[in-house]
Amino acid sequence: MWKLEARPEPSAFWRIASPLLALVLTVILGVLLFLALGKDPVKGLQVFFWEPIRSAYALGELVVKATPLLLIALGLALCFRSNVWNIGAEGQYVMGAVFAAGVALLADKTSGAWFFIPVLLAGVVGGMCWAAITAWLRDRFHANEILVSLMLVYVAIMVLGFLVYGPWKDPLGYNFPQSKTFEAATQVPRLFKGSRVNIGVLLALAGVAAMWVFLFRTRTGWAQQISGLAPAAARYAGFSSRRAIWLALLVSGACAGLAGALEVAGPIGQLTPYVPVGYGFAAIIVAFVGRLHPVGMVFSAILMSMFYIGGELAQSRLGLPKSLTGVFQGLLLFCLLACDVLMNYRLRLAPVRAKAGA
Amino acid sequence: MNQNSYSGLPSDEFSSSARPSNTALLELRNISKRYPAVLANDRVSLQVMPGQIHAILGENGAGKSTLMKIIYGAVQPDQGDIRFDGKPVHIRNPQQARALGISMVFQHFSLFDTLSVAQNVWLGLDKSLSLAEVSRHIRDKAAAYGLDLEPDRPVHTLSVGEMQRVEIIRALLCEPRLLILDEPTSVLTPQAVDKLFAVLRQLVAEGCSILYISHKLHEIRALCTHCTVLRGGKVTGECDPREQSNASLSQMMIGSEPAALVHSERTPGQLVLDVSQLSLTSPDPFGTRLSAVDVQVHAGEIVGIAGVSGNGQRELLYALSGEDTRAASDSIRLGGLAVGKQGPLQRRALGLHFVPDERLGRGAVPSLSLAHNLLLTRSEAVSGSGWINMSALSVQAQAIIAKYQVKAGGPQAPAQSLSGGNLQKFIVGREVDAKPKLLIVSQPTWGLDVGAAAQIRAALVALRDAGCAVLVVSEELDELFELCDRMHVMAQGCLSPSLARSQATVEKIGSWMSGLWSDTETRVS
Repeated sequence: MWKLEARPEPSAFWRIASPLLALVLTVILGVLLFLALGKDPVKGLQVFFWEPIRSAYALGELVVKATPLLLIALGLALCFRSNVWNIGAEGQYVMGAVFAAGVALLADKTSGAWFFIPVLLAGVVGGMCWAAITAWLRDRFHANEILVSLMLVYVAIMVLGFLVYGPWKDPLGYNFPQSKTFEAATQVPRLFKGSRVNIGVLLALAGVAAMWVFLFRTRTGWAQQISGLAPAAARYAGFSSRRAIWLALLVSGACAGLAGALEVAGPIGQLTPYVPVGYGFAAIIVAFVGRLHPVGMVFSAILMSMFYIGGELAQSRLGLPKSLTGVFQGLLLFCLLACDVLMNYRLRLAPVRAKAGA
Repeated sequence: MNQNSYSGLPSDEFSSSARPSNTALLELRNISKRYPAVLANDRVSLQVMPGQIHAILGENGAGKSTLMKIIYGAVQPDQGDIRFDGKPVHIRNPQQARALGISMVFQHFSLFDTLSVAQNVWLGLDKSLSLAEVSRHIRDKAAAYGLDLEPDRPVHTLSVGEMQRVEIIRALLCEPRLLILDEPTSVLTPQAVDKLFAVLRQLVAEGCSILYISHKLHEIRALCTHCTVLRGGKVTGECDPREQSNASLSQMMIGSEPAALVHSERTPGQLVLDVSQLSLTSPDPFGTRLSAVDVQVHAGEIVGIAGVSGNGQRELLYALSGEDTRAASDSIRLGGLAVGKQGPLQRRALGLHFVPDERLGRGAVPSLSLAHNLLLTRSEAVSGSGWINMSALSVQAQAIIAKYQVKAGGPQAPAQSLSGGNLQKFIVGREVDAKPKLLIVSQPTWGLDVGAAAQIRAALVALRDAGCAVLVVSEELDELFELCDRMHVMAQGCLSPSLARSQATVEKIGSWMSGLWSDTETRVS
């Protein structure tokens, strides 16, 4: 009979192996899923795991989608490590996009090429403001940040809807609910010709380095995580839990807001009701699959980006619904949660109980 | 009195089973239990005779609790067999143990604060009885054993001693033939201990057997007729404790006797901590309200605070450490400065260091390495701009590990991988090493083995001798008598006047623990 036995301390091997095993299980379940849907599983897997890395252009698209996921996940990892459960990154992302669009719409034909900088800064401010509401309610009234931040997502989407259906609707846009296309000056500079990859990816990678240094090499970053690991120890040491809440939420709001700004001032180029595509929620999975570690999240962001692209390709090539993306994301997260059991427990064959009186 | 004189007084149950008293009530043969990191019991054999008070003596971590849980069916052994009444039994769960007539009173109570005594007892019984019947049974049992207890009182209004009575009555209502008590006196005043012993002796006279787990030698010698000593999961000796001395028992328990502390009379230096008229309501509805607490600690003296825990020690320590900053600013003065409103960081900067009683989770972060745990209270390895120098941190941790003989896998070992004693050595080492002006220590040796306890006490005395002011809050009277120059007693949120060690006696401190000090005012210093 197999049984789970607690390990004296978490296994370092399974810390790394668990996400990989989860990926393998996800692929196996994916094969079964394709079979059940009557599709060729090889083709299905090709769409998800080969097509997105087949060409330079495809790789570029992979990076375009991985960038916002990584940026948002960086902020969320700080939150989760600080025991602050910000589930509303999607809302902070939307408000970042809204603030950025507000500034971008001020640009005209004469604006200089530097104009994208205030646009991005506006996005950062927008995300921070939205996260600050959650931080203030939690700090002042002990409101549950999970519920508050989640509900604010829907408020943010309503605000976006109000703007694009109302005051910011393009008068020349045939009554479509969208703002006018931003001026070229607001466009975030691209890195290569013929690819949509822009400097956002550099910002995200800089964020990875900064987050790593902050978390593992500064006292502030270390203190920040204590309230997540052992709240009583944080209080004993004199680290303020209020400060931890504000810092975590403001940083993660800023990251999500920046991601939103990069998106509207980059690939999208205008404000539309289709800005929210679930990056804020997918980034939660990115954060956990990446072990809340800045470097780990680079890989998980790329993986999650593959699922996004694969889902779209599955729709056009295999005639499968786009929601397959969500199914794969969910499968991965659940497999990971299951595999994580192996980190704290080992599976072993239970010894047969020695016969009494032998 | 020896064990035969007890078994000569059979109860109804025993005369009906008409069993000769030379058959063991409970017999364990070669019981082994392995946990992932440790062999908790290694071929332990044990016999409990009818009407015997059988002590299980051992340090923390010797495997006493595991063995008792095996007898009570809460843990399954890997090997070995159990006989009850001479018949082999396989105890799968506590229900089955109770059906056999085995009851257990745990060290930590499992009572619901918001329910009444009778409701709590009722929860553990089968539901054939009505609540009124249960209340009647409780009154009957309470009267039969002189345990004063009112069934309708809500549990949160009870003292710790009364809560233990609830647990004992709950166990007695099962009409046990074997009662297991796990460190029952750790929360009791000396007077309450005497009362408990009277109850236990009465039970034994009625034919019940008792397994009494403790590491307090004098109690075992006073109460028990037979003793099995465990060390490192093995039986290292069996004896009649009444024929042994404390020294010989402790030698069996730890293998050697720790050196006694040397005290020298000294004149204390200048005032370091001055708490005056500190009153504070507790944020916890079941907490204790501090009222007009006065305490002074001078450089170069150890002041102790005795008392049963739950009498305001927790609240006082929160207020002193700065974790609770609601106190009036000038009610707490540190080196002359009013610090009542300052947090732990500012107070630490003024030289106040604190060792809390909760080691894992408060004094140390369980999942972090020892080196990282230094950063909770120490900042030598942190540069002015907040940058952590990892190698300096590691060196600093290694120095503390070496100096305080902490058994650990090195500076990178996570705090949770250390035993309680070694972690406490590390935490005390971390705070002592900071060269504090005032060190506050709560339960310095709670749950520690004798060797580690002696080492920590020696470190505190050395710190005092180096001119530091030390405040020790402890439940262990022996420890306070050993360490302190002066003592206070805490009861119901009030603090007694101070008493020099030379004037303190166990009886006096014991009666003060019930709050009765108003008639005997003995101010010193």
